[in-house]
Amino acid sequence: MTAPALHTRNLVKTFGGFTATDDVSLTLAPGARHALIGPNGAGKTTLVNLLTGVLAPTAGAVFLAGEDVTGLGQHRRVRRGLARTFQINRLFADLTVLESVALAVGERRGVGWRVWSPVGAQGEVLDEAARLIETLRLADVAHRRTRDLAYGRQRLIEIALALAVRPRVLLLDEPAAGVPTRESRALFETLAELPRDMTILLIEHDMDLVFRFAERISVLVSGAVLLEDTPDVVATHPLVREVYLGEATHHA
Amino acid sequence: MDSRSPDSLSPGPDAAAATPAPATVDLAPLRRAARPRWPELAVWLLPVAAWFLLPEDLALLTQIAIMAIFALSLDLVLGYAGIVTLGHAAFFGVGAYAAGLLAAKLGIGDPLLGLLFAAAVAALAGLVTAPTVLRGTGLTRLMVTIGIGMMLFEAANKATDLTGGVDGLQGIEMTPILGLWSFDLWGKTAYVYAVVVLLVLFLIARRIVHSPFGLSLRALHMNPARMPALGVSVDARLAAAWVLGATYAGIAGALLTQTTQFVSIDVLGFERSAEILLILVLGGAGRLYGALIGTIVFVTLHHVLAGIDPEYWQMWIGLVLIGIVLFARNGIMGAIDPFERLLARKKTEP
Ligand SMILES: Nc1ncnc2c1ncn2[C@@H]1O[C@H](COP(=O)(O)OP(=O)(O)OP(=O)(O)O)[C@@H](O)[C@H]1O
Ligand SMILES: [Mg+2]
Repeated sequence: MTAPALHTRNLVKTFGGFTATDDVSLTLAPGARHALIGPNGAGKTTLVNLLTGVLAPTAGAVFLAGEDVTGLGQHRRVRRGLARTFQINRLFADLTVLESVALAVGERRGVGWRVWSPVGAQGEVLDEAARLIETLRLADVAHRRTRDLAYGRQRLIEIALALAVRPRVLLLDEPAAGVPTRESRALFETLAELPRDMTILLIEHDMDLVFRFAERISVLVSGAVLLEDTPDVVATHPLVREVYLGEATHHA
Repeated sequence: MDSRSPDSLSPGPDAAAATPAPATVDLAPLRRAARPRWPELAVWLLPVAAWFLLPEDLALLTQIAIMAIFALSLDLVLGYAGIVTLGHAAFFGVGAYAAGLLAAKLGIGDPLLGLLFAAAVAALAGLVTAPTVLRGTGLTRLMVTIGIGMMLFEAANKATDLTGGVDGLQGIEMTPILGLWSFDLWGKTAYVYAVVVLLVLFLIARRIVHSPFGLSLRALHMNPARMPALGVSVDARLAAAWVLGATYAGIAGALLTQTTQFVSIDVLGFERSAEILLILVLGGAGRLYGALIGTIVFVTLHHVLAGIDPEYWQMWIGLVLIGIVLFARNGIMGAIDPFERLLARKKTEP
């Protein structure tokens, strides 16, 4: 039996007296298309921060491909194939799109310590960065600075940076937040085309997109997993309807 | 949203056929990015011109070259890596004393050997201080850098047997450079020596900032929180930049020792740390030429204003600095930036 791509055991995170993550045991099988839904403040981003090592858990453990990574720093987990996007863009404002993506690709390929040859001479890095930029339909702005682009297009850079890591597990924290509807469709088409052996956890408020993308869904409420099942079951579950009454429209 | 918004919208799958947006990325502009450009050559003609036009002022010009190296070192640390420090004179001083002691106490007067020795000692000092400095952030970090500077100053002040304390370190004899050029009374050798070292260090720095490592420093400066998500250990990069900056500063200090054959305790002074920060901000941090331009403008201003008004020149220089920093927030080089980008845009988007 192969180990899950990512799983947690009784993960807890408290901020002062407030429990943001409440005994979460989540398992992502290799190649999973898993969605994490829940109302605002349910603790979705906090969970992603625990998975990636931005936050240390109060209790519990995180495993990547069966290996306990709870004590590992963020960058070490990334090197083991765990990448994420941020709910709010975290980009390099004065770098061009190409520079940003080349940076990410170069770091994964281990050229980040090269001091003696110019970025422009890293042939393989640049080629790979160019392909990724083309895939995300950013080619026309490759030489523009990030800060000069509309938020929706910056969002694509956010995703490009995560993909540049060539992750085995990808955590997408509301990738379409702030993206105009027309573009978010295109964005999800790109996500749907990602290799099947990549394990993906998607956080998203737009239920249409969630049901189209996910094969399993976990519902998080007040930091705890309320239920986990297939989209069909979740969609018709009375508890979910109760939690989501008036919520789904609120955020889309 | 700006006036270019139509082309900043993604074409989308259905619009792709109608919009002839480029589908492939042209790598040529990035490949060209590290190439030398014409204005750079003009800057490097300045020291040559100065040699002929200002033969009486070679000592001052030598000081400018040394200060420019020091500014360059701060630029690597602050302008590129984003580490704010008010204790950078520590490394300048360490380099100055290292070169001085090597010559005065051990009788090794070879200039290049002295530079190498000073560079190594300063690098070591950088390595030792890096963990303490980088542990904190923001104000804490700034305080630590000031603290380190003060401690070193006091240490040099107390260790009079070694450093001469406030009287300074004397008895420094330099042998000819490469056994060929001895330091002359008119400061010709010293000037050429300092300018050549500046040029070499500048070219090395130029290579480094255009490298993947240099790109990672710039990125880290803009958004340190994002770097771990790309698999980068921020601390290791910052430490490397810190040590590099320390090494450069140490070489600058050693040059001062060698060209003046004397070490004053001022090399470790807080004023020196503050002044170099001013110079860099004035010239424009995060651009190598900002360090050079800032030094030239600052020392020239200093010189001219002190000549006009020996009593109140500091007030005038303060006024000029405030003016420049207010009107050109990213320094003199920053004021040139928009034009440069316009030119670059024209080239990439014909
Ligand atoms: N660093 C922190 N310190 C204190 N409280 C925090 C911290 N981070 C998050 N919280 C709290 O934890 C709860 C969960 O926040 P989180 O951002 O994980 O929610 P979310 O499910 O991602 O919400 P949204 O849908 O709005 O993004 C919120 O009540 C938030 O205020
Ligand atoms: Mg969130």
